[in-house]
Amino acid sequence: MSAIAGGPAETYLSHESTIASWLLTRDHKRIALLFFASITAFFFVGGAAATLIRLNLVEPSGQLLGADLYNRMFTMHGIVMVWFFLIPSIPTTLGNFLIPLMIGARDLAFPRLNLASWYVFNISGMIALYFIIAGGVDTGWTFYTPYSTLFSNSHVIAAALAVFVNGFSSIMTALNFVVTIHRLRAPGMTWFRLPLFVWGIYATSVVMLLATPVLAMTVLLIALEHGFGIGIFDPALGGDPLLFQHMFWFYSHPAVYIMILPAMGVASELIPCFARRPVFGYSGMAYALIAISIIGFFVWGHHMFTAGISVFAGVVFSFMSFIVAVPSAIKVFNWTATLHRGSISFDAPMLYALGFVGLFTMGGLTGLMLATLSIDVHVTDTYFVIAHFHYIMVGGTVSAFFGGLHYWWPKITGRLYPEMWARGAAILTFLGFNVTFFPQFILGYLGMPRRYFSYSPDLQAWNVLSSAGASILAVAYLMPLFYLGWSLLWGERASANPWHATGLEWRTSSPPPERNFALTPLVTQAPYQYNPSDGSYVTQDGIANG
Amino acid sequence: MASLRPEMQYATLDQQTETAQLGMWVFLATEVLFFGALIFGYYIYRISYPDEFVSAGRDAKFLLGSINVAILVTSSLTMVGALECVKRDMIPRAVAALLATAGLGFAFLGVKGYEYVQDYHDHTVPLLSFVLKPDQHAPAELFWAFYYVATGIHAVHLSIGIGAVLFYAWRTRSGRYSSLYYSPIEVLGLYWSFVDTVWLFLFAAIYPLGRAG
Amino acid sequence: MAWLPFWPPNASVTGTAVDIIAISELVVVVLVLLLVFGMMFTFVIRYRRGSTADRGHLARKTWRFEIAWTSATLLAFLVLFAFGAKAYLYLYQPPKADLELYVVGKQWMWKVQYPGGQREIDSVHLPLGKTVRVLLGSEDVIHSFYIPAFRVKHDVVPGTYETFWFQPTELGDFQLECSEFCGTNHAKMTGAVHVLTPADYARWLAGQTGGETLAQQGEALFRQYGCSGCHSPRSTVHAPILDGLYGSVAHLDDGRAVIADERYIRDCILLPASQRVAGYPPVMPSFAGQIPEDELMKLVAYIQSLGATKETP
Repeated sequence: MSAIAGGPAETYLSHESTIASWLLTRDHKRIALLFFASITAFFFVGGAAATLIRLNLVEPSGQLLGADLYNRMFTMHGIVMVWFFLIPSIPTTLGNFLIPLMIGARDLAFPRLNLASWYVFNISGMIALYFIIAGGVDTGWTFYTPYSTLFSNSHVIAAALAVFVNGFSSIMTALNFVVTIHRLRAPGMTWFRLPLFVWGIYATSVVMLLATPVLAMTVLLIALEHGFGIGIFDPALGGDPLLFQHMFWFYSHPAVYIMILPAMGVASELIPCFARRPVFGYSGMAYALIAISIIGFFVWGHHMFTAGISVFAGVVFSFMSFIVAVPSAIKVFNWTATLHRGSISFDAPMLYALGFVGLFTMGGLTGLMLATLSIDVHVTDTYFVIAHFHYIMVGGTVSAFFGGLHYWWPKITGRLYPEMWARGAAILTFLGFNVTFFPQFILGYLGMPRRYFSYSPDLQAWNVLSSAGASILAVAYLMPLFYLGWSLLWGERASANPWHATGLEWRTSSPPPERNFALTPLVTQAPYQYNPSDGSYVTQDGIANG
Repeated sequence: MASLRPEMQYATLDQQTETAQLGMWVFLATEVLFFGALIFGYYIYRISYPDEFVSAGRDAKFLLGSINVAILVTSSLTMVGALECVKRDMIPRAVAALLATAGLGFAFLGVKGYEYVQDYHDHTVPLLSFVLKPDQHAPAELFWAFYYVATGIHAVHLSIGIGAVLFYAWRTRSGRYSSLYYSPIEVLGLYWSFVDTVWLFLFAAIYPLGRAG
Repeated sequence: MAWLPFWPPNASVTGTAVDIIAISELVVVVLVLLLVFGMMFTFVIRYRRGSTADRGHLARKTWRFEIAWTSATLLAFLVLFAFGAKAYLYLYQPPKADLELYVVGKQWMWKVQYPGGQREIDSVHLPLGKTVRVLLGSEDVIHSFYIPAFRVKHDVVPGTYETFWFQPTELGDFQLECSEFCGTNHAKMTGAVHVLTPADYARWLAGQTGGETLAQQGEALFRQYGCSGCHSPRSTVHAPILDGLYGSVAHLDDGRAVIADERYIRDCILLPASQRVAGYPPVMPSFAGQIPEDELMKLVAYIQSLGATKETP
């Protein structure tokens, strides 16, 4: 049995403490923390841009930032949040830390590649900071041609390069996960004994591997066209701006699934643990993840219903978009059914997880409205779309990220976080989020287009409400920074398994030793063997408790 | 022979070898999508502007492209030869085969460079020196844009391959690989064959255009 | 739909179609939300830790539920899809137009031309109850022509023409917006749509300094750019005669058959090589980059007028 408290045992944090031992580490757990530092920094960069955007929109004239600065701010917000926070968020931190632990491995398959991924990520981050400091980009994160290539006088090449290099980091990390999950599972860890978080990371990695190269080629062509005018998207030479949109959305729609699939995985860990009940319909949950990742590749055209694609293409893409919503709906029903006859406690991770399900459901249902062709014609490129995807990406992914962070915090740091503060932050996040983004659905249907630095004065009330909500949200996102930081120094020491959970990651000490397990575990059980009647549980390596 | 023990995250050397191969296959899948996106775009335009593309394609250097096909196919042969030699512990011969592979790679780049110079003299280089032929219209330039992006990116891949082959030739020479452990050479061979195959696709897409009938 | 709180005014036939679908879908969304949230709240309260609720007999055959709710959602989604798609087909298959409008988007303004030769910037006048067909072109980047009160928008893509239609049903002034990001003053690329009674509209048209009709202006340009030198019955050059071309089927040199719509005419002028009609030599020069967008539209209007014998206006 593993050590109960931190004590004198060597952990991955304590066995070496030089700077080089961090910067040259091949330990997946340390690399997870390195990534955590990087993406947290970018989260606040993107958040600062969001703050300015909301401040600017308090007043209809938009004089605070003015057109040029505002355009740069929403572009920066989009690029930083999408590629430097949301896409890497759960995979590179929680995924990196937990995948080997959950499958009973000592590390990822390619530890050097894992470290290289962090360096590449930071190089792309430096390029991003360069274009931000040098004067920004005003194309929107979508880089639509021919504006981005022939008309914009901003730092398009640097931005495209940042995204291009960032893609290598995505691919390296995803490749590592896919290969690791295929080859390094502990004895007895069959595919259908994998925790759903592993399934989520696996599905997202497959999407990353197949979609990111297309984005890489697309932004490369953007950079070449902007720099040298090679003409590939230039209508004057016969180039087709719609081809760009097809290539871009072929990546960028699946990118939404890259963001949400790991979040679904996190929710599927949290809800059974705090409901003390096996997850409802395990195999359905796993198949749904895979189905989403595959069907997600055939819906990109729903971003282009009004862009001039053929009516036939519009109908086909609308149909596929409804089909891809089916597995998501199944997941929502299964999470809800997992609460049935459970023994539910409301610790902070569970509050975040329930918030995730609620906000994701809202985002998904409004997504159905957008998939409906005729409604989309009215609300596409308005705040309705903005609200919809923030419900998925922020309400969904970020809530799940915070939920997962709290849940595994004792494992990662060996310390317990202050529960009351964390519950407060979770509730505040949910409230602040809804106050910020719900009014944007209404603004959208009223016809306020996105990317407007100024707007008609009769829409001011909703915008002020949204900005007020954003300030609540900002507080809710800043709170964990303080109390989690506090817990690092003064938090109570965590036991190996503070949540009485069943996964292999809880079968080693908190924090784990450098090589994860003293002995490779032997897996004999399906995940989530909780019993709600008496609170007992069976871990995946077959130890019955309580 | 430190490399005869697997790295600590693997149980056996076999597991490590299989994992490395799977890793390369997955990487090559991403590469297929990377080149696939470009070739897809190329064919979209080729279908939209058939006359202009045929007319522009006539100026592509068919002979030089064909020579490069021969060079790369031969280099794949020497690459496989190197692997077989390592498997049979014929290390000096394996090093020679690897050096031949790298040499053929350089030969390819040489021919490609010569072709670029010829293209320049024929005024088919957008930006630097481009003149539309009398019967051509603007989209003919698109053909050449794709030509340079595609062959350029392929050349970058090949250069990385040459560097890797030289590196592993040096490692082979210093006795790191043998019939007991040759996984890196095998994985390197996968990459090399892929770069070779990409050229076959590019050749088929670019050079025969305007020559059928 | 004025009885709904916060519901924007609707002033067109298409708007009604969109609103009906949006409201029915909203009802479905609210019902599903009530179902899911209701279940969540009930379970969370009933099965909170420490409650005395029965926790034995956990559902074992979960696949029964899975199949039930998979088929239920699939069915519901297909119904929603069908309704939405039906209305979309309606939006994109214009009925017979009473009026053609020629719109060019340009950073950061809308240039509107009427068949009678009248022109406006950032303002559109429309007659009530008439079906209006809009031809959209762009001089620079992608814009999107959006009238929220009509619930329609369509992207304006450089290098091609897009068409769409609407039919105003309410008098009044409505907002016109650009909804595809197009650069610095994207947010200022707005205008007003004035819906007038047909009589007021006729009076307004007459009050504008129109001069020649759009087609007449196009005819002048047709001579000025030298088109008439070849495309006329008296010409010695073997070039197709354009009378009756618009709306007919053109058989191309490479075997394709295409409808000669505005987009085709535009491509013929700018990229003649790839659109050549069978039986004619490839002698026409390309006019790419030589004709500004609004003049191009006048030429198209002229060629449309030549085809008026075949397509009733």
